[in-house]
Formats: sequence, structure tokens, C-alpha cells
Amino acid sequence: MSTSNTSFDVNKIRSDFPILSRQVNGCPLIYFDNAATSQKPQQVIDAIVHYYQNYNANIHRGVHALSQEATDAYEKARRTLQTHFNAPKAADIIMTSGTTHAINLVASGFTPFLTKDDEILVSALEHHSNIVPWQMLCERTGAQLQVIPMTQDGTLDMSAYSKLLNNKTKLVFVNHVSNTLGTINPVEQIITAAHQVGANVLVDGAQACSHIQVDVQALDVDFYVASAHKMCGPTGVGMLYGKTELLEKLPPYQGGGEMISEVTFEQTTYAELPHKFEAGTPNIAGGIAFGAAVDYLNQIGLDRIAQYENELLQYASSALSKLEGLKIYGTTENKTAVISFNIGDIHPYDIGVLLDKMGIAVRTGQHCTQPIMDFYGIPGTVRASFAFYNTRTEIDLFVAALKKATMMLT
Amino acid sequence: MSSIQDIQNEIVEEFGLFDDWMQRYEYMIELGKSLPLINSEDKNDNLLIKGCQSKLWLKADMKNNKIVFTADSEAIITKGIIAILIRVFSNHSPTSILAANTNFIDEIGLKEHLSPTRANGLASMINQMKYYALAYQSKQNS
Repeated sequence: MSTSNTSFDVNKIRSDFPILSRQVNGCPLIYFDNAATSQKPQQVIDAIVHYYQNYNANIHRGVHALSQEATDAYEKARRTLQTHFNAPKAADIIMTSGTTHAINLVASGFTPFLTKDDEILVSALEHHSNIVPWQMLCERTGAQLQVIPMTQDGTLDMSAYSKLLNNKTKLVFVNHVSNTLGTINPVEQIITAAHQVGANVLVDGAQACSHIQVDVQALDVDFYVASAHKMCGPTGVGMLYGKTELLEKLPPYQGGGEMISEVTFEQTTYAELPHKFEAGTPNIAGGIAFGAAVDYLNQIGLDRIAQYENELLQYASSALSKLEGLKIYGTTENKTAVISFNIGDIHPYDIGVLLDKMGIAVRTGQHCTQPIMDFYGIPGTVRASFAFYNTRTEIDLFVAALKKATMMLT
Repeated sequence: MSSIQDIQNEIVEEFGLFDDWMQRYEYMIELGKSLPLINSEDKNDNLLIKGCQSKLWLKADMKNNKIVFTADSEAIITKGIIAILIRVFSNHSPTSILAANTNFIDEIGLKEHLSPTRANGLASMINQMKYYALAYQSKQNS
């Protein structure tokens, strides 16, 4: 084990997460469904409670003290995100209800700029939420959707990508990390190549941001989206980063309060960024807690988190590969702590049900990535996804539970 | 011929003999394995029940004014659950199927399969059996 992790006190970290001490079906909870949503530390829960107990008010419009405190806290959270993702300006960070909302905002915004002669590229590793909005965009504009194929080990076929890129390509969409396989995509390379043909790139960072330090300027990415709830923050809040000139170019996504500067019945003038895209009262508590979650992750350090999680991944991969008939999908070296697998012909649902009886939470099914399942010709997988608050002991118990489930099912 | 309620009582009694969840699930897995196979041509999308994470095909035929259910699934526990439901509802009239309650599910510790997540299909299975009963009942009455 590396020396830096001697200071990684997982027990202390676990004590920040109240839910980790509960029991499920009479067993201590083992939560391995972190790619679906992460658990929340007390610091984040406190931020939500503190807001409602002390300064709950609508933001950006009141002159009274509570409204000003709430506005300050909300805008502080935006600056926390700006700093964390190294965005040039706080106004480049649009608060959304999550990545799905952020993706739809961009997909909808590109409608006036595309024609039937244009092409859009998405990767074969995408979550349905990063496929469907682009299909809808293509339906609206007549643009063609092309797919960057994947290879057996679950990585993108980069030579096929180069061939697909041409001067008709207007947009490229890839996830930073595959939710099903954990593959970390070479986004830097993807972005550079796309820019050479003049295409814009949106990177879906939902699965990356709790494991990888993202610098949007270093990546030179055009749009980057993230969800708070995968980063120890609350559900119902996320963000869209966009380059200023692109955000200014896109039309507003929703009409309503906050997003206007002047309204008459003849004409409305839209507000400046970021408010142009933030119609209506936002998830104020959620936004503030998103900031608290990012602070929490940074206090531990994403590099230390990534290193610890990678050790868990290696430990689990090696233990699981000793189980007879177990096949792991997504075997590239460069992946986050996600293991998607099947055991023999056993249906993933059966394994998931029995693991739940033993207090272990995993995801089973297609993981909203039917194209990946079709690629491998399987009905689904069992997916165990680890976070920095998981332990080797939990992995040992998981492996023992899998043996028990397999015995029962065969 | 036992009534639906009698059969439910029998099942509750059988499950009452088990000490823990493992025995309960081992029994369900056995039931799943012993469910008679259905014809492969019946495993088509028309007979597929939506709302289950594992594919589940359910067929209903009318024989002597009674509905006979047959089913298959990719997942063995799902098969075990449908086997229990078939034992309860198969070979009964549409009217008695429609009138039956399903309280026994709670009593045999399978309530978790009723939760309205997309993964669990027990509620969909029961609904589909009742839809078939309703369809056959309206056919009889027409």
C-alpha cells in the first residue's frame, strides 16, 4: 500500500456519513451503488438544515436581510464551483437541476444553429440521458446522429472517431467516465480533435467529478455538466459550465422570473449570464449544499480519493476474478472504481435481490445504457461502484455474499 | 377445488415453516426451477410484462371457463414469484380472480417485491393477471 494512504483515515471519514451506520435486512449496510448516487456527509446535511433553520428566503430579489444572506450563500456556492472547475468566471456556471437538465439546455439551445447537413457525434458509452436529447435535437433540425464505436474492453475506438470527424461535425458528446463500465474517456484528445474541425464538445461529467479533478480551461472544453448528488451533494441540483461566448449565443431554455431584465407585452430583454438560464426560483438549499459538498471533497482531496478508490478497485477486481464464471465488463486500466459483471448464466436481478437480503446495495440491469448491453449481447450486469468511504472489509463481505448467492442460484 | 383464499392460506402456512430469508428464497428458487417451460414462440413481446427488470412472459388461456396461466422469465427469482402467483390464480374463473385480494404477499415476506421501483415487477404481474381476467370476463359477458 502506498504511503500517502496511511493518512487516509477511512473510519474517520465514515463517521461523517450517518447513513453508513444503519442496518439493512438485519445486516450492516454495505453501499456499493455509488455510481447511482453517493451518500451525504453530515456537513452537507447540515448546510441544508442550516439554510432552512436560519436564512430561508428567495434569492436575487429581496432587499431584506434573509434574502441577502441566502443570495450571498447561493452565489458563494457558485464561486466554489467556479474555483473547483477552474471556470474563468462565476457567470459561466449555470445552476441546473442536474446533468439531464444541463444537457437538455444545451441540446435545445443548438436547435437554431443546426441544419440537415450537419452531423452530431455521440459515444457508444453514453447514458440514455446523453443520447435521447441529441436524438430529439436531430429530429428537430434534420442533423445526423453518428456513434463513436466502442471496443471489447469498453474503451472508445479513437481511430474510428478520427474518421467520423469532418467539417460537417458540429457537436460531439461524450461522458468523461462511463457509468456502466467506469471507463475514463480520453476527453482531452477528443476535444482537441473536435476543435480541429470546428465542432463544439459537451462532456458529461456526472460520473467523473467525485473522482477526478476537472479543469475546464485546461481541457478547453466547450460545455461540461455535473450532478451534485454524485458528489456527496443533494439530489435535484447540478451545473452546466459553458464558455462565455457559447452561453451568450444560446437562446434561453425556459421562460420565467429571474431570467429577464425587462418585460413588456411587446418584448422581453433577457438577463445577463448566468441568470438567462436560471428561470424561476432555484433549488436554493440544494445549490448551497452543492458548494458544501465540493468543499467537503476538497478537504479530503480528490487525488487522495482517487488513489484510495483505485486501491479498492484493484483489491475487488482481484478478489472477484477468482470467482468461478465471473466475467467483468469494462477491463481497461484507465477506469474509476466501477465493476460491472455477470456470473455464468445467472441473471443480474437474481444476484441483486439476494445481495440486498444480505444488506448489500448494488445496481443491476442495463444502467440506462442499453447500447452497451446490446454490444455485449447481455440482458444487464451487476454493477458494484465504490466510494472513498467503502472499505476492504466490505469488499470481503461482498465477495462472500456473492459466493453464497451463486450457490443458492445454481 | 380449493378457492383462491384457501390456496393463499396454504402458501402462508408453508412459508411460516421457514426460519429465515435464505430458506424462503431457496424455496422460491426451487419453485422457479420447477415452473413448467413455455413454448419459445410464446416468449414474444406481446406477452412481455412491462415493469420487470428481468424479462417476464405471461400467457393466459381459457379452458372450461377457467383461466390457465403459464409464464417464463430470465431470472429465477422472478420465475419463483410468478410460480406462486400461478398457483394462486391459475384454474380459477375470471370473476374470482378479479375479486381476490393479495394480502398473502405481505404475510410471506415478499412485500419488498411490491415496491414501485422499476426493478420490481410483482405489482405488474398481479395487474397483468387481473387484466387478463377482466378481458376474459368481458368476452364472456359479450
